[in-house]
Order: sequence, then structure tokens, then C-alpha cells
Amino acid sequence: MSLVEVAPRRGSLLRLVRSELRLVLGRRRNIVLLVGLSLVPLLLGTVLFLTQDTALDGQGPGFVGRVTGNGLFLVIASLFLCLPFLLPLTIGIASGDAIAGEASAGTLRYLLTVPVARGRLLAVKAVGALAFAASAVTAIAIVGVVAGAAFFGLRGITLLSGTTVPLGDGILRVAAVVVYVGLSMTGLVAVGLFFSTLTEVPVGAMAATVVTAIVCGVLDQLPQLATIAPALLTHHWLDFAEFLRLEPDWGVLGQGLALQAAWVAIFGALAWSRFTTADVSS
Amino acid sequence: MTDRPTGAAPSGAAPVASEDADLAIRTDGLTKRFRSGQVAVAGIDLRVPRGAVYGFIGPNGSGKTTTIRMLLGLVRPTSGRAHLLGGAMPEAGAGVLPRVGALVEGPAFHPYLTGRANLGRLDASDATADPRTARQRADEALERVGLAAAAAKPYRQYSLGMKQRLGLAAALLRPRELLVLDEPTNGLDPQGTREVRNLVRELADHGTTVLVSSHLLAEIEQVCSHVGIMSGGHLLLQGDRAELTGRGLPRLSLQTSADHVGAAAEVLTGLGLTDVQTAGHTVSALLGAVPPEKVSAALVHAGVDLLGLEVRRPNLEQIFVELTGEGFDVAR
Ligand SMILES: Nc1ncnc2c1ncn2[C@@H]1O[C@H](COP(=O)(O)OP(=O)(O)OP(=O)(O)O)[C@@H](O)[C@H]1O
Ligand SMILES: [Mg+2]
Repeated sequence: MSLVEVAPRRGSLLRLVRSELRLVLGRRRNIVLLVGLSLVPLLLGTVLFLTQDTALDGQGPGFVGRVTGNGLFLVIASLFLCLPFLLPLTIGIASGDAIAGEASAGTLRYLLTVPVARGRLLAVKAVGALAFAASAVTAIAIVGVVAGAAFFGLRGITLLSGTTVPLGDGILRVAAVVVYVGLSMTGLVAVGLFFSTLTEVPVGAMAATVVTAIVCGVLDQLPQLATIAPALLTHHWLDFAEFLRLEPDWGVLGQGLALQAAWVAIFGALAWSRFTTADVSS
Repeated sequence: MTDRPTGAAPSGAAPVASEDADLAIRTDGLTKRFRSGQVAVAGIDLRVPRGAVYGFIGPNGSGKTTTIRMLLGLVRPTSGRAHLLGGAMPEAGAGVLPRVGALVEGPAFHPYLTGRANLGRLDASDATADPRTARQRADEALERVGLAAAAAKPYRQYSLGMKQRLGLAAALLRPRELLVLDEPTNGLDPQGTREVRNLVRELADHGTTVLVSSHLLAEIEQVCSHVGIMSGGHLLLQGDRAELTGRGLPRLSLQTSADHVGAAAEVLTGLGLTDVQTAGHTVSALLGAVPPEKVSAALVHAGVDLLGLEVRRPNLEQIFVELTGEGFDVAR
């Protein structure tokens, strides 16, 4: 006497993913975060544009000095400036909120009684958090290119070795940098998701995630810890610079991606084992 | 306090298989001990017949919500088993829960989404729901709980009662075989409380089984066909409501003029009524097997001014107090 169809429909996973993306990317707090990140290339471009006559060339971090000569470097310089703190902060906020936010609002218990299988919900939450991370990196890239073109013009880039490659090649290399930085964030998303399954207090999960990234960055600087450094989440983050060499060291880049894959595997598994067994008493 | 579950039928022992088909909810020795060491639910054997409106009552902290969480697969029992619509929870959840509407410990929605968008979000997460009818079903559910006018308001701007109504709308997004409603009238005005009662009656008339929890006995007594009484994690008593209240001893009380109180008490004692008490102008006693009309005739015959007379069976609250020897609102 079943009144209700209980067979899963085709396309239902896609429907849930779409709903999650709308929730994550439509949320005002997250939009504000993305706008904040976009301001970095805009402000950096403006400052450099206004001060380019004064003798700033060659000062500051390597990429920043090159921006006035070529707008494409505004993307690289902005990513470089955002990597240590701003990117981990925004991504930590979004991924730490994934499960804990629903738990603290109480909506988690209603999702689970709909029912959404816990494994499926975790996967969909991961997709949402990854989409936000991708949006964050992309926002910096797009605003960087547009502002860079407007302020300084785009031309073929001069690589670290001094060789200049044509504009098309340069754009490809910058796009590769953006993709690499985006993939470098996946480990952090997994960490955030795991912390998010541990608590009903989203701020706690967010803070723990951001602190993880910062602590990894700090430990990576200590020569005494050189033996564990290659396993640290942030160890290969700045290796995006390989794409600015005539012959990128694919070995190093591969290590960077493998490192992220390992963090994703470990923290993804931890999140899964925790979330699929935890009592939901919020 | 001992655990004394009683079957709905006094004769009781129906064969297990056929009994199961007639039960919407069945638990056996369902127990939850939290990590804090607190035993919130101590081995309860719920029997909720299909088609029943089951009032699940007990004071604050008696374990109602924890039981409901275990029924819905949100919390894992420490021991014991729970069957929902014939499926063992939580394993059978995917097949069973789409047929169950639930309100657990108050409504919860995304504050910055509108009421309608919140229902859309829940519907989108239901792998078995038809997306083509989503909007229509959401609007019907909102209509049903009287929220149609506020459908486009963000949830954050809802009043307490409106939030509660949206929770009910979510439970009614699809036709359900079973509704599990934890304190559904919490925060509602008298009008809203009446509406919820009518809604529950209407759903039950169409064959939906309803488990409704409350710490307000009076509120629930009016709609339930069955009741289960929780206290301190134990199910003290469950069964057919009329049978349970009928089991209590009827008490006769009469009003008379001040100088006839003594005479009235003598007549009652003479008729064999017990526990005769006088308070002001009122005399009362346990009726026992004596028919009330015989009492009134005897009183008139003895020349007692009879200003009022009634026979009352104890309500659930009095039964509860009788069982536990304590007030209903004692929290642990
Ligand atoms: N997550 C938890 N951890 C530890 N103890 C808990 C937890 N949840 C509930 N309890 C305890 O379990 C007992 C039963 O709580 P429960 O919420 O089931 O009561 P209730 O009957 O629903 O009460 P109310 O009428 O107030 O809603 C309480 O003593 C409570 O303190
Ligand atoms: Mg409760």
C-alpha cells in the first residue's frame, strides 16, 4: 500500500548538487568573501598603476615588480599574495561550514530524514566546497587579467630565465598556474570537511582549518623540520612558479599534486568514517 | 520504576508475524546511553499500530526526542532494535524514510532562504521525489499549514509559530504513511494548536499513522487513539487511550449546603463508597460498583440538598501521577 514512490530517480544526484551549489554560491557571506578576494588584484593593480613612475621596480616580491611591465603578472602576483593567508581563510570558512553549518542550524537532521544517505551528502558537500574554492581562485584570476589588461596591457611574458614567450603561450602558462593553485586547495578543502564533521560549531571548524594551513606554512619554514616538510599541506603551494620556467620541472609539480591527493585521501576517509557513524543530536 | 509495556489488546499474544504487519512502529529493548553516561532511553518496547494516532507523552527530559531520533536513524541505539513501517532502522532508511514525514525537536531551516525555497531545498535532496511536481507540492503543503501568504518571506523573518508551520509543511511535502511529530504545537497560538489538532485528525482519517510527542497531556489527550507514557527513559504504560483512562477508578463528587455535608457523607459511607472526603461544600468518594443514580436517589431520600453531582474518570495526568507518585512536570 505504498503511496510514495521510493525508488531513486535518475538525475537526483545532479539535482541535489545543483541545490548545494546554489546554496553555497548564492549565500551572501560567501559572495562577500569572493568580492573581497577580487579586491586584491584590483587594489594591487591600482596601487602599482599610481606609483609606477616612482622607482618601485625590482622591489617587493619578485612577481609584484614585474606587474607594471605586463598585466598578466597581476594574476600571478595576486595569487602569490593571497596564498599564505587570504585564500586559506576564505576556503577554510566555506569548507569548515559545510557540515557544521547545517548541524548548527539543525537542517542536518532534516536532510538526513528526507532521507539523504550520509555518504552522498558528504560527497555533495565536498563538491560545494570545492566549487567555492575554484570560484575563489578563478575570481582572483579573472579580475587580475581584466585589471592587468586595463592598467598595464597584456603582452608575451618574460620567463624567470629571461626568455620571452609570445602572448598566447603566456596566457596558457598563467592559466596553468591558476589551475595548479586551484588543485593545491583541494587538500585544505578535505581538512575543512573533516573538521566540519567533528563539531556543531561552524566557527570552530573554520578556525581549525585556517590554523592547519597557517601552521603548515610556518613549520615549512623551519630548517629543523626539513625531514617532515615535504609532507606538509603547504609545501608545494608556491611551486606554481615552475610554469614560469622555460622547462617546468614536472617532477616537482607532480609531487605537489600527489601531496594534495594524499591529504584528500586521508582527510576524506577520516571525514567519511566520522560522518557516516556519528550520532546527529543537534 | 519498572518498565511495564502493555499491549493494545488485553488478550495480547498475537502471532509475531501478523502483529508486525499491523504495526507502523515497533521497538524492542530500544536503549540509548550517551557518552556522558546518561541513559536517555532505557529499553523501551513501543507498539504503534497502523492507523493510530499515538500520543507519546512524558515530562521534559524523559527521552521522547532521543527515541524519535533513534526511530529516524539519526542516533544509533546502544542496544535494542527499531522497526519503522516494517524496515529495520537505520539500515532500511533509504526505502522507509521517504514514506515518513518528521518534525524533530522543532523546525530548522536556512534563515536566508524563503519558506518556499527551503521546501525546494528539501525536495531537491529527496532522490525519490519528482522534480516536475516540486513547486506544486510545496505550494500545496504551504497552503495546508496556512503559510501561503508568507511563502516568499525569508525564514529569518518568520515568527515562532510560522516556523513551526513551515516544519509541518516540510513533513507534508509528499503523501506519507507515517508522521512523526515531536512537539508539533510548540510555539503555536491557540488557533494554531487547534489547526494542528484538526490536521492530525484529518491525516489520521485518511489512514496516516501519527506519532505525536508532547509534554502537555491535555493537548494530546483529545486527538489520540493510543498513548505511551514515558518517564525517566522508561515507557511506563502504553495502549488504547480509552482503555487506559477507563481503567482508572471513577470518583463521584457532589455539592450540597453547609449543614448537609455531614449527612451526605454518611449516606455515601452507608452505600459502601470508599475514600469519602469532604472539602467545603463538596463531598467526594470512590464510586466502586455502585450506580450513580442509586446514590442520588439515596441522597434525596435522606433529605440532602443536592446542588450538583458528577462522576469523573481520571484523566491521563492523574493516571500518570498515580503511576509515578509525582507531578507530571518533573524533569530529570
Ligand atoms: N546529545 C546528548 N548527550 C547527552 N545527553 C543527552 C543528549 N541528548 C539528550 N540527552 C539527555 O537525555 C535525556 C532525554 O532527553 P530528550 O531530549 O530525549 O528528552 P525529551 O523527552 O524530548 O524532553 P523534552 O520534553 O524537554 O523535549 C535528557 O536527560 C537529556 O539531558
Ligand atoms: Mg524533546
